[in-house]
Amino acid sequence: MVFFLQQCLIGLTNGALVAMVALGYTMVYGIIRLINFAHGDLIMLGACLALTLVSVLGMAAWTGTATWLGVALLVLLCGLFCGGLNVAVDRLVYRPLRNAPKLAPLVSAIGVSFIFMNLGLFWLGPADRSFPELLPATNLLAGEGLQFTAKDLLVIVVVVPLMIALSVLVKTTRLGKAMRAVSQDPTAAALVGIDVDRVIAATFFVGGFLGGAASVIYGLYINTIGFQMGFQNGLYAFTAAVLGGIGSIPGAVVGGLVIGLVRALSSAYVGERWAGAIVFAILIVILVFRPEGLLGRGTKEKV
Amino acid sequence: MNTSPTATGPSDVTDTGSLRDRMLGFVRERWDFVALVALAVAPLVVPALGGALGGQVTMLFIYCILALGLNVMVGYTGLVHLGIAAFFGIGAYLFAILTVPMYPFQMRFVTAAAVSALVTAGVGLTLGAPTLRLRGDYLAIVTLGFGEVVKVTLRNLEQITGGMKGLNPVPPPGAGLKIGGTDLGLAFAIDPRWFYYLALLTLAGVVVAMRRLENSRLGRAWVAVREDELAAEAMGVSATRVKLSAFAMSSAVAGLAGCLYAASLSTTADPNAYDFNRSIMVLCAVILGGLGSIPGTLLGVALLVGFDTVLAPWADSAIQQWNINPSGSSLLSFSGWRLAIFGLALILVMRYRPEGLVPSRRMAAELHEAH
Repeated sequence: MVFFLQQCLIGLTNGALVAMVALGYTMVYGIIRLINFAHGDLIMLGACLALTLVSVLGMAAWTGTATWLGVALLVLLCGLFCGGLNVAVDRLVYRPLRNAPKLAPLVSAIGVSFIFMNLGLFWLGPADRSFPELLPATNLLAGEGLQFTAKDLLVIVVVVPLMIALSVLVKTTRLGKAMRAVSQDPTAAALVGIDVDRVIAATFFVGGFLGGAASVIYGLYINTIGFQMGFQNGLYAFTAAVLGGIGSIPGAVVGGLVIGLVRALSSAYVGERWAGAIVFAILIVILVFRPEGLLGRGTKEKV
Repeated sequence: MNTSPTATGPSDVTDTGSLRDRMLGFVRERWDFVALVALAVAPLVVPALGGALGGQVTMLFIYCILALGLNVMVGYTGLVHLGIAAFFGIGAYLFAILTVPMYPFQMRFVTAAAVSALVTAGVGLTLGAPTLRLRGDYLAIVTLGFGEVVKVTLRNLEQITGGMKGLNPVPPPGAGLKIGGTDLGLAFAIDPRWFYYLALLTLAGVVVAMRRLENSRLGRAWVAVREDELAAEAMGVSATRVKLSAFAMSSAVAGLAGCLYAASLSTTADPNAYDFNRSIMVLCAVILGGLGSIPGTLLGVALLVGFDTVLAPWADSAIQQWNINPSGSSLLSFSGWRLAIFGLALILVMRYRPEGLVPSRRMAAELHEAH
């Protein structure tokens, strides 16, 4: 029983991380119907920056409160970096293709992902790099038989507030309202005076910011980064977004948690090497029986 | 509907003009024939094709076949497929299972290739049948996921697939078959030109088949579904059946390419040879060359493969010779920029020439309508 609970805990923590990345996919998809293939690699670049900052600032020597403040600073800087980069890419690559056939932005996103990967290759080198353990590995739940360390806590304290902030942003603010309007119908939104391009840029920024924050947590939590990490993680996150119903923000969170749980449980009970295949098999099955995802709304094809 | 693009263009080019113009016109009109003759004669004239170069060109032909298979789905039918390498791999592994000594089948090359291509088509149908009602992006992601599942399965089912070692030795075609006193299998194993001709012949066959298909009832139905599914349905075309047939055809051709791949390498190689990277590279080749265009697809593959095997090594050695990069930094080596160059090429093509380098006429017309 304790083993099972432990696996669930691992799954939920991992899942929270996946959900953060999934949000970046789902927001961009929701607003311009683009599978942003470059999102995973954007996060890889965020992790590169985080690693560089950690070594430049000498954070490995910091202790206590300083470490936590340092982590907060990393989250902020990497978030801004990834958000800014995402906006720049949107401006340079996707925006000129707004009225092009759907394949054009998709293929361009694959192109951007290649360029990011190449940058990461120069930044990190071809081999995987280890990310320093900044947080103590003491168990916070001693006595319960469960393992829950500061690293796990970090995931929760960063992910949960950011998600709450995101839903407040989307549900209550003027910008959020504009985002929902553009995602429903860009033309009508433009007609009522919404600057569609700015709203899209803002969406790219928010998605990128979440990705940047996720990249820092990824580094601190998984402790290994490499220039190819973007693809695999992006794939899981995108799967999560589709699973939850792409375009739906709560869907991405639920999808992320489900993916995390499935991965942890299948690693524990079936074998680590099958975990990836099981995740995708479940994705295919869910898409076949419920193509709109767990929480998505079905859309009708229009003539 | 009846003005489908054909390879033989308008014939007014050849009517007048000098000998040079007439020659050029002939090459333009019958590029396929000229290329086939040139490639068929090449091994007799270029001795290097009897060596490693022959093997590389054979690979080029195999990738061309694979890309033509993908083109059926992405180009003609407009279904984004991100997992074609999985079908390439299924074909290769099936072929290996049917021929390697460790299994009891040990079929002849042609039988094994036919069976593997058919079974691969069956796998395509099995995946396609439940997923084809999905919208475009979802289908893309299902094919991507399927690709990953296949790769992981090939890697993990060690008792059947040999895990990371792959299956080998895959015997050459015609092993044990004696023609005029020489063992055909031995000839294949020794001289790469045999595989060169086998791959070239298969490629030519696939090109001819694709061209016939393009103008057939089925080929026109594929395009109709791509252009407007609802309208096609209203005209009595069963979109589901048409899409399924595209799925099956794509898979079969990819599987056939896989057979040739395994046979020419005499191993299936490890499962990572059939990962997402390969799928995406083939997709890029089709898109760069021109969706739905046979010459475009062939050119796209030639450009991508040529970049890796000809241009990059040449540029790298040039950089070394001129001593620009004494420290050996990857920033200053040409191949270090490989991914970025691919990426940039994709972005630029999508921006300025979304129909590809050698577009099919219909695609070009459609994409320029909006402007």
